[in-house]
Amino acid sequence: MTTPEPILSVRDLSVVFEVVRRGAMPWTPKDKLRAVDNISFDLYPGQTLGVVGESGCGKSTLARAIIRMLPAETGQVLWLGQDLVSTSDAAMKEKRRDLQMIFQDPLASLDPRMTIGEIVAEPLKTHFPRMSKAERGVKVRQVLEKVGILPNLINRYPHEFSGGQCQRIGIARALIINPKLIICDEPVSALDVSIQAQVINLLMELQSELGLSLVFIAHDLSVVKHISDRVMVLYLGNMVEFAGSEDFYTRPLHPYAQALIASVPVPDPTVPKKPQDALIAGDLPSPINPPSGCVFRTRCRHSTDICAEQKPVPDTANKDHLVACHHWRQVNAG
Amino acid sequence: MALLKVENLSVEFQTNDGAVQAVKDLSFELEKGHSLAIVGESGSGKSQTAFSIMGLLAENGRSSGRVLIEGKDILNLPISELNTYRAEKMAMIFQDPMTSLNPYLRVSEQMVEVLIHHRGMSKREATARAIAMLDAVRIPEAKNRVHMYPHEFSGGMRQRVMIAMALLCEPELLIADEPTTALDVTVQDQIMSLLSDLQKEFQMSLVLITHDLGIVAQSCEKVLVLYGGQMMEYDDIKPLFARPGHPYTQALLSAIPRLDQGNDALNAIPGNPPNMMNMPKGCPFSPRCEYVVDHCRTDRAIVVPSGSGLRACHKPKEELV
Repeated sequence: MTTPEPILSVRDLSVVFEVVRRGAMPWTPKDKLRAVDNISFDLYPGQTLGVVGESGCGKSTLARAIIRMLPAETGQVLWLGQDLVSTSDAAMKEKRRDLQMIFQDPLASLDPRMTIGEIVAEPLKTHFPRMSKAERGVKVRQVLEKVGILPNLINRYPHEFSGGQCQRIGIARALIINPKLIICDEPVSALDVSIQAQVINLLMELQSELGLSLVFIAHDLSVVKHISDRVMVLYLGNMVEFAGSEDFYTRPLHPYAQALIASVPVPDPTVPKKPQDALIAGDLPSPINPPSGCVFRTRCRHSTDICAEQKPVPDTANKDHLVACHHWRQVNAG
Repeated sequence: MALLKVENLSVEFQTNDGAVQAVKDLSFELEKGHSLAIVGESGSGKSQTAFSIMGLLAENGRSSGRVLIEGKDILNLPISELNTYRAEKMAMIFQDPMTSLNPYLRVSEQMVEVLIHHRGMSKREATARAIAMLDAVRIPEAKNRVHMYPHEFSGGMRQRVMIAMALLCEPELLIADEPTTALDVTVQDQIMSLLSDLQKEFQMSLVLITHDLGIVAQSCEKVLVLYGGQMMEYDDIKPLFARPGHPYTQALLSAIPRLDQGNDALNAIPGNPPNMMNMPKGCPFSPRCEYVVDHCRTDRAIVVPSGSGLRACHKPKEELV
């Protein structure tokens, strides 16, 4: 059996923002904030990559850089073997037919002055301008039905729908041009538990029905566990661990990933609380002035001199399991 | 005598589209030193319950029933009288620490104000007390940081400042309204363990309002489940999580993805939460309930004792699978 070609390969991708210093003069050089730092990964057709991390770790920036809503500083985003970073704007527009995105705030990402029929039809107008109105109408109805919105509601406005329904409309808008990859940026964070489960189930059904690949960004580790084939953990713009989902959740290797998993409260009162020393103290350091060497070392109880001097390179722990830590062997020994 | 006793509390808002009932006929009590979680989804009335206890309802809101603190009814007391209870007997912390601290005032000024007003301290005494309190919530370098503005703190530190401020007069009851919802998991964990340490240290009662069943299981003794402004179930946490007695609690528990279990399909609850303007006539959960029978849609279920707790459901507990 041959391994399938990855549908999306990201190579050494970095995104840098320039930040104006407080009280700066026009000529003072701007601070550089590396929001995404040298990230590489592969995504295979029909699979889901979960991206987890705390606020400010660069997960949304990574997503936006992949579909070029943000410019990349260095690196490549290979979509079916073709680099999106260096491609022309016109060619990129064509590529976006295959790459769609859904957003966190379901109401804010829908134009309040358009009916949901118009919202869902808009990608068709952009990408297939010659399609007749009647044909568009048919497609809109089909896709709305698929996401569980009654097609007779197409003349209503977004504010008339609940959060969960708005998220379904956002999914319909992404699906209507039959994309191959959907990037989901915290799609269920704003929803109540009961509705969150509906949307997750819908995404998983659609994925198996249509063979979609998903990049699923979330801060909720349990949700990511549920939906992902592979998981990437980010900390301050750096990838600290990358592994198959089952492998990762049964045996996380990086001290940060371990602490992250330990700090998720388990909804079962008979499970004893985690001991305090399993958890991490302190706050996230400033991304403008990140720690030297390993970015996690300021909060890590295993850190030694080498952590301040050298940045750890992702090491292959076993097949498909990467961990970026100098001491992962000692941390996990015994 | 229970520290907090809520009897038949109802909260109603007058809006341009008519009256909206946010909380309906809610009763519960909390003993000194104990903790209670109020769980529910958006619009279930959990925050409005807390606001009416604290006398913080919006202007168009009216509450009825009784809220007893150590036997004295404080519901709808005039502000001047209520202020002798606030901070001294009960205090509240909110979800978003940035919007509930005054951005124009240094932390020291906000904290000193409380002590001068309630304890008649001098400014110097009050500042010393504020610093001691920031120490107690484990803010490093409290001495220097007390003079900073709220925006100079990180989210987790800001929530610590809020907690310190709420505890200044050592209240007997602390109401925490989604205290960690805006925070990352690792910080959430720090704040929750701080809260339970402080609860022991100050021997406070804690009402924790949250939508996160994980937090409830890890930090409270009793749970009150609300849906559409009404009590669905009330019990000790162990029996409630082991064998939920209400279809809604059951559905809620099976709808959360879990880290400690395999990847079974999530049992989503079909439909949407009830529209407050147009509540179902009978049980608020009836349109989404898998056990629904005809009279669920027409008659409200009364709250009845069941085992160690209370439940409001027409279906006997034994018949729930």
